[in-house]
Order: sequence, then C-alpha cells, then structure tokens
Amino acid sequence: MRAVVNKMSLKFESRSVNEAFARQAVGAFAAQLDPTMEELGDIKTVVSEAVTNAIVHGYADRSGFITVTVRLFEGRILEVKVKDAGRGIENVEQARQPMFTTGDDTRSGMGFTIMESFTDKLRVRSTPGKGTIVTMVKLLKERDG
Amino acid sequence: MLHITQAERDGTLTVSLAGELDHHAARMAIEQTEDLLALYPCGQLVLELSGLTFMDSSGLAVVLHLHRTCARSGREFIVRGAPPQPMRVFEASGLPQVMIFERGE
Repeated sequence: MRAVVNKMSLKFESRSVNEAFARQAVGAFAAQLDPTMEELGDIKTVVSEAVTNAIVHGYADRSGFITVTVRLFEGRILEVKVKDAGRGIENVEQARQPMFTTGDDTRSGMGFTIMESFTDKLRVRSTPGKGTIVTMVKLLKERDG
Repeated sequence: MLHITQAERDGTLTVSLAGELDHHAARMAIEQTEDLLALYPCGQLVLELSGLTFMDSSGLAVVLHLHRTCARSGREFIVRGAPPQPMRVFEASGLPQVMIFERGE
C-alpha cells in the first residue's frame, strides 16, 4: 500500500444544492496534484454522480448526512469515498448496468457507467437499510516539469 | 447555477444553457424548455450548450427527454456546441452516435 500524502473529509446534508459544493470542494483539493483540465473535469463529474446517487436513492425517503473523504497517495493517486447511511442498494450488479434507474425523468441511468469510465477503479459496498459506500480511484498522469 | 435563454428564428427555437447542469438544475432545464416549446411553434429545436461550465449524467437525461419530446411532435432536435467536459460525458454515454451533435459556430 502506498503512503498517504494528504487527506480531507467533508460532511454535509443530502440536499441537491450540495452537489455543486461537493464537486467544487473535491476539485479544489485535487488541484494540488496539478491535474489536466480533463482529469479535473473527470474528478468533478464522478463526485457529482456519486453524491447525486446518495441524495436521490440513498436518502430517497428522508434526509441525512453524506461524507466525502479524499485521500492522495504517493504516485499521483487520488481516492474518493462517498458514504451515506441511507436505505442501501438491494442489487448492486443491477444498479451498475447502463440505463438502469429507479429514478424519475431527470435520471439517465448512466451514473455508474460514467463513474466507471472516468476512473481506474470503482467499488460499491452496500447494505440494505444501512447505507452505501462508493470508492473510486483515479491515477493522474505524470506532468512534465 | 444554470441560466436558460431562448431565441426563435425562421422556425428554429434555440435554447441556450449556461452554467452548471446537474441533478439540482435538470428539472428546471426540462420544464423551462418544454414551456418554451409550447410557446414557440417550431420545426426544429437547437439545444445550445457552449456556455456550460459543468455537466454530469443529469444532462444526458435532459437531452434524452427533449429528444423524445421532439420525436413525438415531429421536430428535429440538435445538440450544439458542447464544451470538452460535457462532450466527454456525452461520448461515454454513446448518445452522439444516435442523435445530431454539432460543433459550435
């Protein structure tokens, strides 16, 4: 396991207005790695997807707290963990299928597909009635100079 | 924040989205565009995205919704001018292979 060089954690209420707050805060923290515009866009996008899932599905029937933890490892590795204590996902394999959604017409069912294609590793751990943890790892390219 | 403006000319309604299009803004984008379509009779809807600074998969839902609305009412639907970050999300979804995507002017 590589050494952690920096980490941070955010805890906020499951309100949709906080989607922008979460992705901007993680983007600002990731900026210390000097990511490319594309990498920064990817990081903000996957944070937005995971936090939106927690709000729309995890806390569909009530409000609660979402915790976003970011760890930076040696070798330009970024790990983002999005955790909720909501209702959980009964069938994670099904939820990860493209176009699958239990949401309304503002949801495309493409959230997990985007998270998978924009990161190097995606892990989903969920317990019905207890909550969900989505962990994503992205390897950033070496920058010249 | 998402800002929505419109322009109508020669049977084409252009709806421009500027700012951040996420789940928080998606409902407003769908409802306002639907209202504009009811207000302006047109044969073509252009969704102009060059002012977007961020878009996640909620933008895919907005585009899919408007694509269906236009298909049902016999209108042509074009997505124009998506900047690099939104375009990466569109490309990951495969939508540019099945809809009309144009570069900005």
